Amino acid sequence: MRGFIFKGIFVVFLACVMVAPATAENVLRWASQGDPLTYDPHSANESPTIGASTQVYEALINRNWKLEKEPSLAVSWKIVNPTTWEFKLRKGVSFHDGTPFTAEDVAFTVKRANGETSEFRNYIKSVVETKTIDDYTIQFITSGPNPILADQLTYVFIMSKKWCEKHGVMEATSFKDKEETYAVRHANGTGPFMLQLREPDIKTILVKNPNWWGLKQNPHNIDKIIYTPITNAATRVAALLSGEIDFLLDPPLQDLGRIKKNPDLKVQQTAQIRTIFYGVDQGIKELRSSNIKGKNPFKDPRVRKAMHMAIDIDAIHKKVMRGMSVPANVMTPPGVHGYPEDLDKQRPPYNPEKAKKLLAEADYPNGFEVSLDCPNNRYNNDEKICQATVGMLGKIGINVNLVAQPKSLHFPKITGRKSDFYMLGWGVATLDSHYVFTYLLDSEGPWNGSMYHNPRVDELTRAMEVEMDLGKRDKMIREVWEIITEEQVYIPLHHQVIAWGMSKRLEMPMEPNDQPQFRWARLK
Amino acid sequence: MVLYVLKRVLQAAGVMLFVAFISFVLFNYVGDPVNNMVGQEATIEDREALRERLGLNDPVVVQFSRFVAHALEGHFGISYRLQRPVKDLIAERLPATLELVFSSAILALALGIPLGIYTGLHRDTWLSRLILSSSLAGVSLPTFVIGILLIYVFSVSLNLLPSYGRGEVVQITGSWSTGFLTVSGWKAIILPSITLCLYQLTLILRIVRAEMMEVLLTDYIKFARARGLTDRAINFGHALKNTLVPVITVTGLQIGSLIAFSIITETVFQWPGMGFLFIQAVHFADVPIMAAYMVLVALFFVIINLIVDLLYFVVDPRLRIERTVTIG
Repeated sequence: MRGFIFKGIFVVFLACVMVAPATAENVLRWASQGDPLTYDPHSANESPTIGASTQVYEALINRNWKLEKEPSLAVSWKIVNPTTWEFKLRKGVSFHDGTPFTAEDVAFTVKRANGETSEFRNYIKSVVETKTIDDYTIQFITSGPNPILADQLTYVFIMSKKWCEKHGVMEATSFKDKEETYAVRHANGTGPFMLQLREPDIKTILVKNPNWWGLKQNPHNIDKIIYTPITNAATRVAALLSGEIDFLLDPPLQDLGRIKKNPDLKVQQTAQIRTIFYGVDQGIKELRSSNIKGKNPFKDPRVRKAMHMAIDIDAIHKKVMRGMSVPANVMTPPGVHGYPEDLDKQRPPYNPEKAKKLLAEADYPNGFEVSLDCPNNRYNNDEKICQATVGMLGKIGINVNLVAQPKSLHFPKITGRKSDFYMLGWGVATLDSHYVFTYLLDSEGPWNGSMYHNPRVDELTRAMEVEMDLGKRDKMIREVWEIITEEQVYIPLHHQVIAWGMSKRLEMPMEPNDQPQFRWARLK
Repeated sequence: MVLYVLKRVLQAAGVMLFVAFISFVLFNYVGDPVNNMVGQEATIEDREALRERLGLNDPVVVQFSRFVAHALEGHFGISYRLQRPVKDLIAERLPATLELVFSSAILALALGIPLGIYTGLHRDTWLSRLILSSSLAGVSLPTFVIGILLIYVFSVSLNLLPSYGRGEVVQITGSWSTGFLTVSGWKAIILPSITLCLYQLTLILRIVRAEMMEVLLTDYIKFARARGLTDRAINFGHALKNTLVPVITVTGLQIGSLIAFSIITETVFQWPGMGFLFIQAVHFADVPIMAAYMVLVALFFVIINLIVDLLYFVVDPRLRIERTVTIG
């Protein structure tokens, strides 16, 4: 009897082995640290989630892998007058469920993305009205002139009106309902891949959309994509080294060497659209964490310059970042419109003696004490950079007390204006310098933890929002970069470099925003 | 008896409420979920509006009583991170954790007891010394180091076993899935269950060994020998039976901690269980999941302790007499 049971189990085992499919389709298996939060394309404005949406959904305008704008669901667009934009839509496109794509869906999407529970309102709120001219022509009426509407629209993913009505997902998740909405784990876009299976934190499977309109221009050969989030860095690398995955989005910097040594693997790298810098509170009268009472040393530009000069950025580049960074002098990387290349190259050399002199001139010959707030789970080696900085500033007499915390605790300190000295990294979603100014330098910018207030910068920032003459607008951008570099408002460190670990079988161009686009991938 | 049980149940409910409240107070120090939920473009007003919508502006006591009221209705809210109901998420993750705990417990018993007997019987052989000293390593190395070491050897170098995940799973009922019905599922559970069981294994091994050595010195064993019974009959028929009582008690209690502390193993192996869900929730400050998890783990411990208490009551007649006296 017992033998019979064992034989039975063995037969079941054998059956399982034999059932395992052996097909010739191209399956791409990949991993990274986190999972997209949702597949509702208007519900979470977070980079991995947007990256996931772009596989399934499409916007009117897309960015190619060099981040240039190109027609997607809109074949062309023009500015009729400063507040009216007209879009000609692509014909013959259908959603994954087969319903045809028309202007009605665009009008619906604008409304949905503008809804109270949408996290993408900031990209679309300037559009106050849509006018459907015919099935394939639509006009957007904006509240005022908006020169960067086209850039913003690359983030507004088009949903099917019929599908949303059918499944009761007319608005994004509100967190008030007791049940999840249908759009969280189901998707119906027009994009190159279709969502087949979604198990949050465990596995997500996408399959090729054979009817995708863009297949001719982008003849990828991926039939199936299996994504697994793997939180633990060592496990992630092990999965790549053992061949269980073909592509790893975020290998730890210290493991790149091992990946390169493996004959089946390669490392690809490119500069990312993200700059890491320090901010100091120059608005408050007296710092919260300093021994200097009655005045704020950070108000003096000489102190900020001294700190900039005292940071040995080459040492950080070589030792902490292992070469995976580009030292910076402005807070925006190449690839962003208005990037001042000459200013970025003029980073003053490391010079602790001169820094000490500057501090003495500013009347702090013995330095001062201050706390540095630093995230420990957000940027590449964030905490290590801060630790290195503590030592370097110590040499010129600034005694830094390091407070390294998870991002859930770190970021509220900056947006809540509760930090004297902090690290921040800034990516530029619209790829326009204005995005940096309006969030970090405008006196009312939500992320202006430096409390910097300069009426001229405010004036320029707000004027470039409505300036439709691009030549004039570029001059305004340039002026702001000059002012803030001269005043050393922030202390830039470096532009991040991203590295992907991948199988040699895989060919895929890298996007500087670290969102892999499998529509350009080929598996050998 | 009924009164005794009732009293224990009431105490248990009190403990659960207390745990829930403490965890709620602690959540204020985990961070701000709103920042993880909105993009960097969100204005201060947007953030404030979301905070208001989530009820995060209310005092802790108000938030807590709302949580308890909802929990009594059997609903724990929507996860901030995954936008899905917490009770669905926990129901989906529970099988993975239970399977892992179950296999680790079996492994710990199946290896721990025989090894304990062996080392108890043959104290001075080199093999016993080897087993004992390597078990010491197992208990003193942190779980994540063992996990990574196993991954390095069996996945990266030998390419035998998967380094992450649960393999293919089969859905049995709505939310209950099992990895025990597929080959990849069996392969996937080997490394995590070894990692998780090492500590318990050592514990059981050492208890069995100590008990065995003690029992072998007692009079009835000597008497059994005098009767001319075989070694086999003495060691397994008489000695082993008497060593198992403490082993059963310890195993029972350890299952609670296996469930609660599988977090590290689950993180290392990307095992999609409850502990992993919890650790992700902590990173995101996902309060609804953290609260539900805390209450659930408290519930496990309370139930296990309750059963143990009741067992004592059944086993130990003295408890019963005392009660009757006090009541009478």
